[in-house]
Formats: sequence, C-alpha cells, structure tokens
Amino acid sequence: MSIDTVKNAESTPDQEQPYKELGLKDDEYARIKEILGRRPTDAELAMYSVMWSEHCSYKSSKVHLKYFGDTTTDEMRSKMLAGIGENAGVVDIGDGWAITFKAESHNHPSYVEPYQGAATGVGGIVRDILAMGARPLAVMDPLRFGKPDAADTRRVLPGIVAGVGGYGNCLGLPNIGGEVVFDESYQGNPLVNALCVGAMRVEDLHLAHASGTGNKVILYGARTGLDGIGGVSVLASETFDDSAGKRKKLPSVQVGDPFTEKVLIECSLELFEKGIVVGIQDLGGAGLSCATSELASAGDGGMHVWLDRVPLRATGMTPAEILSSESQERMCAVVEPANVEAFMEVCRKWDVIATEIGEVTDGDRLVITYHDEVVVDVPPRTVAHEGPVYHRPIQRPADQDELQANTPDSLPRPENLLELIKTMAASPNLASKKWVTDQYDRYVRGGTVLAQPSDSGMIRIDEETHRGVALSTDCNGRYTKLDPYEGARLALAEAYRNVAATGATPVAVTNCLNFGSPEDPGVMWQFEQAVKGLADGCVELGIPVTGGNVSFYNQTGSTAILPTPVVGVLGVIDDVRRRIPTGIGAEAGETLLLLGETKAEFGGSEWAHHVHGHLGGLPPKADLQREKLLGEVLVAGSRDGMVSAAHDLAEGGLAQALVETCLIGETGARVFLEGDLFTALFSESAGRVLVAVPRTEEQRFTDMCTARALPWRKVGVVDPESNALEIQDLGSLPLPELREAWEGTLPALFD
Amino acid sequence: MRVGVITFPGTLDDVDAQRAVKYADGEAVPLWHGDHDLKGVDAVIVPGGFSYGDYLRCGAIARFAPVMQEVIEAANKGMPVLGICNGFQILAEAHLLPGALVRNHKLHFVCRDQWLSVENNTTAWTTRYDAKAEILVPLKSGEGGYQANEETLKELEGENRVVFRYVGENPNGSRNNIAGITNARGNVVGLMPHPEHAIDALTGPTDDGLGMFLSLLDTVVKA
Repeated sequence: MSIDTVKNAESTPDQEQPYKELGLKDDEYARIKEILGRRPTDAELAMYSVMWSEHCSYKSSKVHLKYFGDTTTDEMRSKMLAGIGENAGVVDIGDGWAITFKAESHNHPSYVEPYQGAATGVGGIVRDILAMGARPLAVMDPLRFGKPDAADTRRVLPGIVAGVGGYGNCLGLPNIGGEVVFDESYQGNPLVNALCVGAMRVEDLHLAHASGTGNKVILYGARTGLDGIGGVSVLASETFDDSAGKRKKLPSVQVGDPFTEKVLIECSLELFEKGIVVGIQDLGGAGLSCATSELASAGDGGMHVWLDRVPLRATGMTPAEILSSESQERMCAVVEPANVEAFMEVCRKWDVIATEIGEVTDGDRLVITYHDEVVVDVPPRTVAHEGPVYHRPIQRPADQDELQANTPDSLPRPENLLELIKTMAASPNLASKKWVTDQYDRYVRGGTVLAQPSDSGMIRIDEETHRGVALSTDCNGRYTKLDPYEGARLALAEAYRNVAATGATPVAVTNCLNFGSPEDPGVMWQFEQAVKGLADGCVELGIPVTGGNVSFYNQTGSTAILPTPVVGVLGVIDDVRRRIPTGIGAEAGETLLLLGETKAEFGGSEWAHHVHGHLGGLPPKADLQREKLLGEVLVAGSRDGMVSAAHDLAEGGLAQALVETCLIGETGARVFLEGDLFTALFSESAGRVLVAVPRTEEQRFTDMCTARALPWRKVGVVDPESNALEIQDLGSLPLPELREAWEGTLPALFD
Repeated sequence: MRVGVITFPGTLDDVDAQRAVKYADGEAVPLWHGDHDLKGVDAVIVPGGFSYGDYLRCGAIARFAPVMQEVIEAANKGMPVLGICNGFQILAEAHLLPGALVRNHKLHFVCRDQWLSVENNTTAWTTRYDAKAEILVPLKSGEGGYQANEETLKELEGENRVVFRYVGENPNGSRNNIAGITNARGNVVGLMPHPEHAIDALTGPTDDGLGMFLSLLDTVVKA
C-alpha cells in the first residue's frame, strides 16, 4: 500500500484527486489548496470533504442560523449553560441540576437501510448527550413516512421502528414520545429524527476541548472499521439519484452495536465521576476527522495523532479511511498524563478498548502521522470551523400564491359528523401509534412519569425533590408548506402547549430542520422563513433555542419533502407528582372545559388532507401571547391541584382530543357544543386545550381563567357510567367502537 | 434484609431492582458479574437487560459469569433468588429453572402493561399475594415466549410450580400462558414481566409489583 504523505503531495502538485466524487466543488478544492499552500494528501482531502459537507459544516444554513443567536436576549439566555455550537445545549433547571437535550436527523441512512439507519441515529444522539458529561436518560423519535399503504412504507416503517427499539431498548433508555406522521412527500425520503435528553449536576458540565500541552488523546470504545465511510458527505448531503455513472452507496450506512454503547456510557460516566477527563468528544459523522479537528480547534494548542495506533477491525485500511470511518460507539478523551493509568483502569473494568492515539502539542497545527510519515498537517480550525459559507439564492416559489389562494372553503362539508369523528380517529395520522410505541421500552430506569400517548414525555430527574422535565416534539409540514414562517411558529406553539398541558413550565427549545435541496431557491426561502418564524416565536415566548440540527437534500428527484422544522420544547416541573395526565376519569365528577378560541380554520387541516386530499389556503394563526397565558394557567392549575386531566388540541381538532382523552382514560363523556358543529369539532385553531377539572375546583379554575382573560367554555362532563362519547344533537359513540377505529389502523397496515 | 442485585455489562434494570428493594425497606447490595463473592447477602436478584449484549442466545453467556457460579451454589442451598426478564433467561440457562425463553410469536419486542394472575403464593417471593390475585405490571421483552417439553410442563403444572400466568391475550406465545415459574423448593423464581417497574403508580401502571419484594422481606425475617 502506498501512502500519500505530505512530502509526496508537495512533490506531486498536479496529481489528479477525486474531490468531486467526495462531494467537493471546484472552488472548495481550490480553497483547500490555498489554505495548505499545496494539494491536500488523500487523508487531508478525506478530512476536508467530510468536514466541509453540508451535514458537518452547515455551509448553506449558517448565515440563517445566525439569526437564532442574534435574537436571543440576555434574559432568554439566563438559564443557558451551553448553547448552539456545543454538542448539545445545556439548561439549568434548579436544585443543582443541568439538563442537556438535542435532536438530530438520520434520514438518508434510514431510507437505505431502515433498521441500522434508525438504530445508529439513536446511538449518535445519545453520544452527543454523553459528551456533555451527562447521563442520557430518555429518547424520543419523531418519524415521518410516505403513504401508509404504499409497498415501500411496509419495508421502511417496520425496519425503522425495529431499529429505534432495538437500539434504544438494548441501551436501556426509555422512549418517552415522538411522532409518527404520514405524507406522500416523504415516500422516497422518510424522516428519522432522534432526540435524547440527559442530566448532570451543574458542576459536572464537560465541554469538548483539548487544552494543556502534553495532555494525551485517548480513543476508546469500538474498533474502527470500514463501515460508514463518507456517510455524511455522501448520504446526508446529496439527493438520492439513480442516474447512471454514480457509485452505489449502500455500504455507507453504519452498523450499530447497542451493547458496546451501553458499556461505553457506563464507562464514560465512571470516568467523569472520577474527574479524570479534561475534554471529551463523541465520534459521529466524519469520525476521527471530526473529533480530532474539533478537539484541537477548541483547545489552545495543536495536536499530534499517531494514526497507526488506532485499533482496527479491518485489514489494509488507508489513513484516509481510518480518518473518515464512521464506525459507531467510539469516544475521544483528552486526559492529563498523570491520569492516563487511572483512565485505562476504568476502561479495563468495563472491557472497553482504550488507546492513547495522540497528544496535545504547542503550536496550532493538527499533525497526523502514519508509521512515522506525516499524512495530515493542517490548521484544525480550517477543517472544523472555517468551512465554506454559502449565501444560496432565495426565491419565494412562483406557485406559493396559487397554493395559498386555493383555500379549503369550497370543499364539501360532511353530512354525518358522528361518522366523521370515527373516520378521522381511524385515519393513519390520527390513529393510535401503539403499534409503534409498544415496541419501545418506556419503563427502564424507573423515572418515566408520562410517555406516549401523553401530550409530552415526562421523566423524574431527582428522586428526593421530585423535580422532573417534560419534552415534546412537533411539526405539521402541511402548515409549513402553506406558510413556512407561520408553520414554524405553529410547531413551536404546539410543542410549548404540549409541555404546558402536562403541568411543566417550558424553558428551552431545540430543533431538527428537515428540508429539501438548498440549491433550490424555493427551498431556501422556506428554510429562511421557518428559521425566522421559529426564532421570532422564541423571542415572543421568552425561551431560547439551545441547539439544533439541519438536514437538507430531503427530496426525491426535484420534488422536496414538505418543509419539516421539527421543534422540541423542554419544560421543567418542580414536582412530577403534580403532573397532569391526558386521560379523563381519574377523579369522580369532572367537568370538561375548552380553553382558548375556535375559529373556522381548515387550511392544511387533517380533515382536508384525509377526506379531500387537499392542501391549500393558509394555516391557522398562532397567537403566542395567548399560548404563554394558556401555559401559565395550566401550570397554576397543576400546582394547585385544580386540573385532573388536560389534552392539547391539534390535528383533528376537538373531536380527536375528545376521542383520545376518553379512550386513554377509559371513561365516557357527555359533550354539548354551540354554533357550527363541524367547526367546533374539526377546526384546528391553535392555542386550545381541553381540560377536565374536578367539580369542586370548577368555580375556582374558571374564575382564574376569567380574571386572566383566557377564554374558556364548558363543553361537557365526564360520565364514568356511559362508556361512550355522547355529543348533544349528534348522538353517541360507544368507546369500544371508537377504540377499534383508533387502534385498529396501524396493526391492519403493518402486522 | 440485604439483597444482592447483579450487574452484568449490558444489564439495564439493576437500578430499578435496587430501588424496589429499598421501597421494601431492604438494603440493595450491588454485585458485579466478575466477582466470586455474594457479599453475605440474604437473597439475590438477577435483573433485566441484555447481558453481554445477548447477541447469542439470551443469557447463554451470563450463565457462565463468575458471580453466577456463586448464585447457583447458594440457590441450591435454599437462598431466595429472583430472575426478572433477562434474569429469568439467565436462570433458565443456568438450569436453576426448567425450560427456555424464545422469540415472541409475533416477532416484535413487546412493551405493555400486562395483567397476571398469581398462581402460587407460597414461594419465597409471592407470599404477600392472595391466591389467584390479578396484578398489573409491565412486560417488555423480545424473547419472552416460555417453552418446555410436555413432560416438564406436566411436572410444573402438577407440582403447582407455575407462579404467574398471563391473563387475556397471550402476549408472546408462552406455553400454557406461563409468565413465571419456580423451582421445586420454591426459593428460585423467574418471570418475564417486571415487578420492579410497578412499585409506585407514579412511574409504573400500579404498585402491584411491590408485593414480591415485601414477600421476600417476610421470607428473610422468618428464615
């Protein structure tokens, strides 16, 4: 094997290099040559190409993401211990606890190889949380698929669900929520987003850096193999295209080993506890290229890495392959020389392979040698942080006006509303997701207070004080397609409301922005609008975006997915015993109240989609001041024991909320509505929550709503005797019949 | 009461088992897979998880761990031993309990709240339950189908050694709806469902599982 060394590169300046195949453009390649003053070696080219890929460098999104930072005020930042730019955002939640949470996409690998793609998506986000010094505590998975009855969905969905479960269950992390959404636009490009939340004591926060000359760089965890080479540059940064001449990309998906990751977690936490880690970085996309360049550029010196020391699981790997391998379950730590032996001792206890592969040096170069030959000699910042920045053209799509003008107003209204309630409950997007979530362990670690199908997942953080956190992820891609700015605000509003509906106070936001190709000006317009909508919304609500992820090139041919900015909101609850459940019937004698206002808003609604296959008009309007007030009322209601159940109104409107709250609580209800019953039942106006209050608290609760100018209306009573959902003037739906409709859909499709 | 809780690499529910012991006013003593030492405990819990990854047959490797040799010896002398989920699989592999656990009949991992009937309330771990009591605890496993030959099933049924049976639809294809069994002496119990996840209605479906740990307390006090 002949190795392309720096010396060789200097003496062969004109040698042709496969930079295009690695995803680099002509000008990007020229810039690398300019930085280095020569052509890059094969290994350097591999590093730059993965680190400058869209997935790692955010080259198309950077100029827009800046808006999050620009709009975050000091007050919003007051509880933030780490933010955008770190592996994951960190928030102070009180009692000395810090929470870190983040979402990431693993869309393209999951389409190519559903099980492993989804599994390693979970594995990757968990290591991000671990790299902050936190114990990972729970995961959530927002998933989006094509048509539910399409043949390929039957290949993709069961594989992805099994992969999420297979990895998360074996890792011992409860899966506490997420989403399952179907839309034709995801047919050739499903979305697999994974969120992880972890906790640590505030003083234990670990940030990735490599300070201190002489400190050792230790690679620990799994061996490095040929799997996932170029995964980020190839898979995550390019549209799927079957056109001739392209290399088959199947081998780029990594293979996960959750057992190794579980051991890696316990080993790392023991290392943190012993205080023998100066800096820590997980190895995810771009593998060692990313870890070494990021660690080195975040520190104050340079770094020397001996690549031949890296334990391999394949023979004959080149330096470039070792650097860009995305083998899973690996971490990189910076350790003071005096602590190396103690570090190795802990790794031996857990049977984790650990190898000293490098050293922090004086100077500002990242030098990588392979059997004493220099194969990389670069300024690390140019690899990790000074990648290309693009101001992509932005253009509001020509057909956007037409789309918005095509309102649902002229769609025929249904004759039989009672029948429609059942039809909608059985529609794939509204149907029970039990078939999916029953494949995920939600109990492990014993801290899960709420999980699917609750509005948000909730876990206990402190067993003494009962402090806990709640999390919800949301996005309606149809709303965002109709109006990306408003759609992003609506996603934020819903996630915020879901957290508040369980009694927690929303405190921070993360996101996973899934869009089509950034080279399409229309997609860039959607992206820019969505970022602005989300950032402006956060200012209105007074909570910061602490981190996020961008996934571009989600499209099939020239057709992009619905713009899907998934928003995750984190909330804090002082005492999880005060949580508000979703199902009614917990207390004897409850009144049902609808908080918020209902308008005739059907643009992008589930009714228009499911019944008429229609998408047009404008999405509902989000009033974030109202959402904030609603949240405060719900939190107060939980704290004072005034609310016995709450369920947010979203897709499918009040009808769906009633169906779910009855079925989850296994209790019937009698409902009386006013005005146009179709609007009352199926409108998707934002800012509404259905609550059940014990009759003894009804006066006190409604007085509070009135005093705070929150519109409320009594819409019914809980009726434990009836075992039916009865709606005045319409009739009665027996719960067993409703349950069959709601729970039967997914098993019929996928069993 | 000092109760050992074993941790193998890949064990997941050890923290839950320890918490359950504490809820029953016992002292949970962590035991490490590589140790030849039970630290003088009164009883042992082999908790759930994926010991050594369980990429081979579940529990097949864990059964040979140093600490398991001590458990087998102590169990044969009468020490109360409880295997939950992966722990049940390990006890079956170790031949402390007969039969085997195989892939669920629908081939999916199943996590759900499961009704069980208590079929035998005379073991070291079940005296607090009324005979034929029905309890609701989580079941979460991919390989929970109980299998044994006809002769063994007959023996288990004949000697009243089926401790728990699934109520309602069989969730995993277990023979005779068997969820848990005991050895002839009644000191070793294994079950697929997770009583340690049902010790508090806040974090579990009920607190029905606590009875198992309180039963142990009675057993140890009496011994």
